[in-house]
Amino acid sequence: MYDFSVVTKWIDDLLTVTCGLPVWLSTTIECVLVGVVLLTLYAVFAMIYIMYERWVCAWIQCRRGPIRVGPWGLLQIFADVIKILTKEVITLWDNDKFLFYLAPYFVVISSITMFACLPWGNGLQIIDMNIGVFFIIAMSSLGVIGILLAGWSSNSKYTLIGAMRSGAQMISYELSVGITMLTVVCLAGTMSITGICQAQEHGWFIFTGHIPAIIAFLIYIVAANAENNRGPFDLPEAEHELTAGYHTEYSGIHYGLFYLAEYLNLFVVSGIAALLFLGGWMPLHIGGWTAFNTVMDYIPSPLWFLGKTFFMTFVFMWIRWSFPRVRIDQMLGLEWRYLMPIGLVNLVVMAVCVSMGWHF
Amino acid sequence: MADIQEKIAKLCPEAQFDTTGELLLVTVADEKWHDLAKALKEQLGFDYLNALVGVDWKDSLGVMYYLTNTETQDMIHVKVATTDRETPRLHTVSDLWAVANFQEREVYDFFGIEFINHPDMRRFFLRTDWVGYPLRKDYDMDEKLNPIRLNPEPNEDDTYSLVEDADGNLKRIDKKVFGPDEYVINIGPQHPSTHGVLRYRTSIEGELVKKVDVVSGYIHRGIEKLSEGLTYQSGLLYSERMDYMAAHMNRHCLCLCIEKALGIEVPHRAELIRMMMDELMRLSSHLLSYGCLTMDQGATTAFFYPFRERELVYDIFDKNCGARMSMSYDTIGGVTMDVQPDFVDDVRHACDVIEAHIPEYHKLFSKNVIALGRMKGTGVLTREQAINYAVGGPTGRASGFHCDVRKTHPYSLYNEVEFDEITYNNGDSYDRYMLRLKEMEESIKILRQCCDMMEKEEGHEFCAKVPKLIKLPKGHWYQQVEASRGPIGVYLESDGDPKPFQKPYRLHYQSPCFNLIGVVDLTCKDNLIADLITITASLDYVIPDIDR
Amino acid sequence: MKWEDFKDNEYIDQLLAELNASGTNVVVGKFNQLLQWGHANSLWPFSFGTSCCAIEFMCLGAARYDMARFGAEVARNSPRQADYIMCMGTITYRMAPALVRLYEQMAEPKYVIACGACTVSGGPFTKSYCVVKGIDDIIPVDVYMPGCPPRPEAMFYGLMQLQRKIKISKWFGGDARKEKRAKFFEAKAQEEKDAALRAELMKAAQESKEPVLDL
Repeated sequence: MYDFSVVTKWIDDLLTVTCGLPVWLSTTIECVLVGVVLLTLYAVFAMIYIMYERWVCAWIQCRRGPIRVGPWGLLQIFADVIKILTKEVITLWDNDKFLFYLAPYFVVISSITMFACLPWGNGLQIIDMNIGVFFIIAMSSLGVIGILLAGWSSNSKYTLIGAMRSGAQMISYELSVGITMLTVVCLAGTMSITGICQAQEHGWFIFTGHIPAIIAFLIYIVAANAENNRGPFDLPEAEHELTAGYHTEYSGIHYGLFYLAEYLNLFVVSGIAALLFLGGWMPLHIGGWTAFNTVMDYIPSPLWFLGKTFFMTFVFMWIRWSFPRVRIDQMLGLEWRYLMPIGLVNLVVMAVCVSMGWHF
Repeated sequence: MADIQEKIAKLCPEAQFDTTGELLLVTVADEKWHDLAKALKEQLGFDYLNALVGVDWKDSLGVMYYLTNTETQDMIHVKVATTDRETPRLHTVSDLWAVANFQEREVYDFFGIEFINHPDMRRFFLRTDWVGYPLRKDYDMDEKLNPIRLNPEPNEDDTYSLVEDADGNLKRIDKKVFGPDEYVINIGPQHPSTHGVLRYRTSIEGELVKKVDVVSGYIHRGIEKLSEGLTYQSGLLYSERMDYMAAHMNRHCLCLCIEKALGIEVPHRAELIRMMMDELMRLSSHLLSYGCLTMDQGATTAFFYPFRERELVYDIFDKNCGARMSMSYDTIGGVTMDVQPDFVDDVRHACDVIEAHIPEYHKLFSKNVIALGRMKGTGVLTREQAINYAVGGPTGRASGFHCDVRKTHPYSLYNEVEFDEITYNNGDSYDRYMLRLKEMEESIKILRQCCDMMEKEEGHEFCAKVPKLIKLPKGHWYQQVEASRGPIGVYLESDGDPKPFQKPYRLHYQSPCFNLIGVVDLTCKDNLIADLITITASLDYVIPDIDR
Repeated sequence: MKWEDFKDNEYIDQLLAELNASGTNVVVGKFNQLLQWGHANSLWPFSFGTSCCAIEFMCLGAARYDMARFGAEVARNSPRQADYIMCMGTITYRMAPALVRLYEQMAEPKYVIACGACTVSGGPFTKSYCVVKGIDDIIPVDVYMPGCPPRPEAMFYGLMQLQRKIKISKWFGGDARKEKRAKFFEAKAQEEKDAALRAELMKAAQESKEPVLDL
């Protein structure tokens, strides 16, 4: 398995040894480099994801999707980006302007920070914190502040209802997401993201953790969908009830940021699902099949990660385009009556399994 | 008929009777009307108010009430008029038949007749600052009186009612629709799930809906007034533009009414074609209603599936009538042109495809746990309420109310085909939804039988001989047809004008969707906002049909 | 579609000539083209349907016609996020203020398509007492789409005409569209003044307690 830390080490050496820069300067340059790469990747993935969603949705609905602009419609997204960047940003009259303009940045920053935590490949980890998973949970709850601010500061009744719904929803489902993550942490024995990936070297957690892992996986899929405000849990922006929910009053690039964050959050939750249950960047290894494992190792680890993430995203899209939207009472009932108790029991089961060594 | 006349004479000795028309006409003075109405409803069982038609007879202003006894299917109509043109006042019957509430507001809007004891006398279709009453014969059409006003409507929260005390003195009581503490949100006039331009002013408490005030008229185009300015043939076009998802049925109804007045016999082939077109239209409409209902609940994919099948129906219309929508196919005496030779094959093919896809719809949505949770038990309308609010069609049948005009007052060739009237008993959103899917199967059954009849059909005449200049004798007629959303009624009055281009004196469409919005407040109260969307989608109204 | 397959090429030619006559820097010109290409190919409709035409618009979105091919399937329900308003169906006097408000709520650059006979001229309802005789009385219109209702093919044709029109308009400097709009609203303000005058007269008439309608 190729270790990408060679590349990062080489850059570090280039700066400190070859160029002889002091440590503080080289660290600063590296930070800037990482930031630029991250933001570029962020934009690129958002664009890829928007098109991905549009084509998948068209495919599910027996349509063709965007095919006219450029070859196979590949330029469609560039047209959209140009358009949305140059659209007028409407200044509202009689609202809290500071919070109104702040809100989209909250949402975007929260999603960028989570994005930065993802395990891109073997050795391609920006900061390998020992509390990685915990950090992700903390950052994901930042997004809800942005949504609440957007709904409140727009000074509109629809956005306010949307924001209230989203507050109730995200706070509820964060519990389930946290509990499922805890289940996996229990199995992996570490909170570090690289550590979780490496713990899955001899089999992904969804296989090794058998029943409790599968239950956790299912709960995670539901809860992550809700956490992400995607259908069937898109109540905060429920198109047919609240026109556009919390971002009704946003136009131009500010709306663009919400739109961007929505898709990037999809990427992030799929990435986390891949990390926690499908081994992150770890190739598919089957115990005893040495030849097979070696062949799998030749596929670069970023491809593994992206492949798994895209697959998970497909599952999320499939769910979104098949189910009707839940009602607010159903949504809350599902979390508090079913998902959370099941998740808690599952955590106990997992703990028992781990302590008794019943997992593979 | 004579039996009913006797009974009414006993109840109200002052009433005058006229048996020359198709139905018994009872004329009664306004003072006696409310007592008679009460007796008619409670003693003679006339519990269903088909239509409430305001008419300006020049010397007097008045209202025609069409009543049905839902047990025996007897129909009568009552005429109540006042000669006072300055401040015309009649007594309300909205306390007896709830449907009359909105209909009396419509009459007030069009004719300026105030209804005594009516709880909420506001204009229904026109702006609050509108000058004059457009359907009066002396209405001033001057643009200067009513220009396009771009300011918001003034005083839209104000209403009043005229209350009569025991001595017969009238007192005007001014009221507000919403209290000062209520959190009112506007759903509409531009909202994705009102299916057009209808406005609900909704008072909510958290997510709970407390009161819905329906504000209509955003697409009121004055079709009834326009029809009075056109000859019978040219006036047909408006019938299709009301409920465009029941274009054939509406036009069929108007044609039947004029044919009844003229006494024309329509060729068998023409009736058969009309009936097939009606059923195809019903299929298309129910498919759309499935799509809209699913989309309103967030299942976007389920919205796209029925559109594939609807295109087949549209192809048939396109091929045989010349247009996808607004076909202008039925005409007085038959249809405008004969069908194409492969019409029957096309219809059979469409039937097969749609029938094959119905299980797919069920798979996609009917058994979905979220959909079940959202639709079961929400927006319950009992049978009594359905009759009281005169809600017919699929919505009425879902409440267990046998109201299919094709069965109760068969028209066209519905006598000759076998089909079942589907009814459900719970009257909730789920029943309304399921009923439409089941009804599609019945329509397919009818269409298949029609195809067989069409193949055996020997006549080639598709339109009867009709005089170029239609002149109707003096009188009035009422015709009902089962449209996709309920019974559409057409009231046609002719003054027997001897001039060559005779125009209808009064043409009133009693549209099914108008009655449907009457139950919105009733069914949505104390439900969640999301339920309001589900319920209104399951009622499945078409806004231009409400507003006309 | 090829250039020669379109009808009404004359007015596009005319606009193009105007654009070329004014002349501009090559870099600015290219950048302008890029921006306008973006706007032309990313037209997100505002779903505003009042009657029959809206049903055909739904067909436009569905499988057989699929407007997603043009990237126009992202129908927004909030006017702030939409690019053009496809006005489908009759606009009545009661609806007119709402339509104007929705139009004003949209973010620039915004376009209007008048879809169907009713919006073009009032259609079969011209003689009605409460129907706006063409929405160009109240908001500026970019493309007119006749038909009652227009077929989906006609809607595509109108959409492509709008795209062509956007592609040759100017992003930087003297925008013909904006001038037109300014003129339009000037005229409207004048009309409003007249209307206020009329309203005063009417109020006086009402206050005098005489019946407004003479028998």
